[in-house]
Amino acid sequence: MANRALYRPQMTGPQPVLKDGVKRRESLLVRASDGVLADRLFSWIIFGCALIVLVILALIVWQLVGRSQLSWHAFGWKFFWGQDWDPVNDHYGALPFVYGTIVSSVLALVIAIPLSVGVGVFTTEMCPKWLRGPLSFTTELLAAIPSVIYGLWAIFVLVPILRSYVQPFLAKTLGWTGLFEGPPYGIGMLAAGIILAIMIIPIISSITREVLAVVPQHQREAALALGATRWEMIWLAVLRNARAGIVGGIILGLGRALGETMAVTMVIGNRPEIAKSLFAPGYTMASVLANEFSEAAGDLYLSALIEIGLALFLVTIIVNALARFLVWSVTRGQPVRARA
Amino acid sequence: MPDSKAAPPQKLEISLWRKLTNHLATAFAVSTVIIVLAPLVAIFAYLVIKGVGSLNLAFLTQTPKPPGEIGGGMANAIAGSVLILTIGSLLGVPLGIGAGIYLAEFGQNRFGNAVRFVSDVLNGVPSIVIGIVAYAIVVLRQKHFSALAGGTALAIMMIPTITRTTEEMLLLVPNTLREAAYGLGVPRWRTTLSIVLRTATSGVITGVMLAFARVAGETAPLLFTAFGNQFWNWRLDQPTAALPLQIFTYAISPYDDWHRQAWAGALVLIILIVSAVAAVRYVVRRGTLGGVA
Repeated sequence: MANRALYRPQMTGPQPVLKDGVKRRESLLVRASDGVLADRLFSWIIFGCALIVLVILALIVWQLVGRSQLSWHAFGWKFFWGQDWDPVNDHYGALPFVYGTIVSSVLALVIAIPLSVGVGVFTTEMCPKWLRGPLSFTTELLAAIPSVIYGLWAIFVLVPILRSYVQPFLAKTLGWTGLFEGPPYGIGMLAAGIILAIMIIPIISSITREVLAVVPQHQREAALALGATRWEMIWLAVLRNARAGIVGGIILGLGRALGETMAVTMVIGNRPEIAKSLFAPGYTMASVLANEFSEAAGDLYLSALIEIGLALFLVTIIVNALARFLVWSVTRGQPVRARA
Repeated sequence: MPDSKAAPPQKLEISLWRKLTNHLATAFAVSTVIIVLAPLVAIFAYLVIKGVGSLNLAFLTQTPKPPGEIGGGMANAIAGSVLILTIGSLLGVPLGIGAGIYLAEFGQNRFGNAVRFVSDVLNGVPSIVIGIVAYAIVVLRQKHFSALAGGTALAIMMIPTITRTTEEMLLLVPNTLREAAYGLGVPRWRTTLSIVLRTATSGVITGVMLAFARVAGETAPLLFTAFGNQFWNWRLDQPTAALPLQIFTYAISPYDDWHRQAWAGALVLIILIVSAVAAVRYVVRRGTLGGVA
């Protein structure tokens, strides 16, 4: 806080002499700036802006909790175990959506983790300096593409490829696991998992890059001096030091995958069923909201949908808080720029 | 050491296995980069090829035709997007910058930490959930879908991002500048606005553009707030078309001509986002705000 005396500088010494007929006129700003009033007003306005952030969170919680009461009282915890989603008979169970959300996100992680850690390691440890900038810029560009464009691309490019090449191949080679059986529609859990993976790779790889960059250089030098090959150096000195941060990045990616709506809605098939095969269509919490919310007639229907929203909100908050804590523990509070 | 005599320095033998793993790891890392970049290249290639081929004057000047009919365009959706984004920015940018100023200049206390944490949390809230909240607080009150509700949803998404980047940028301004201003008797509000904020202008605007680019392509929060519209609409309290919404509707439709228009819409959306960002950066660098930072 600035010293209060600074606000009214007391001039001593000779005052400027004004010519006859010239009146000293102070502009409004100068006069107002003399007052503590303007300062106080300013700090209140700014404080109000900061308060808005808290108010928004409070509003979200209040609205979601308040408006999901009806469904909560009707079904209780059974809401999340019930399997049938039946708007006609006003009976709601959210298990197929929970299942679809978890399976598609886990599938996305399984695909994205090795790829994004590989990209992160390559950019920090292996690639020539001139390539580093363009490479991170390009991966970041992936994060800037709107979700609906991913969905569009997935419908018209990814799904046909899956249908005619990838799925028949998987069915032939890995069909015995039971994960890849049934008719290859293209659309379904697998397509959702892949498009989600493409969407979360930039997040995980940019965080991996950042946590790898803060591993002290002397750790690397020590490993090399002991005769380690480059890979052994990366494995022993770099990845091991940064693992908490990488896990944080992965969880941040998970948070994004759980809440991702449009691209998933466009390719997952939107059928509230639980199937073991990844070829089968599914449904996620976010996509049921996208598809049914604006047409929900009936209070209980709307309330059930909002309860799904509340569950999604709580899960993503927990996941994000955990991720931020882990990343912070590695970078020690250095700002991590992640757009999750 | 096997021999202490003056044997020639022994060459370090690296076992075949270790060499192999090393090379395999390198090959793996390189191939991940290729696999990750492939979809990016594919998406942009398709966007440009399919988009340019589908763009025409009708697309940019006409409203949608009834389902199944060939022709028509997304002019109203482009205008609607501009309208909704303007509302969102008008609400979100001042609030976000204000909150950022608070955090940087007054926020070294528990309240400030709470605001920081909450804005990080809000950053991770799925956009569809924000849509529900905007629906609950605006649409239910107004009794119908509206551009205002869509703008509110987008503003809620912009505020946390802008808050955090503004704070980061203001903290980069050296304290000596603030002290110099205080030393000249400049009051605090004036120092903050005319010295600190002006010094950080370009950084703050970058943050704003990041937030803008992020919400410009958002579809989920608009589904049940702006809702979409087949016709022109300039009233804030009426359902309004938006480009991402229209792309979504057309992409999942069964008509080939609508698929074509979805690609064109996607290209226009990307171009709008990129040119908005570029234009603002250009103005910041040369225009009225030139020489600030």
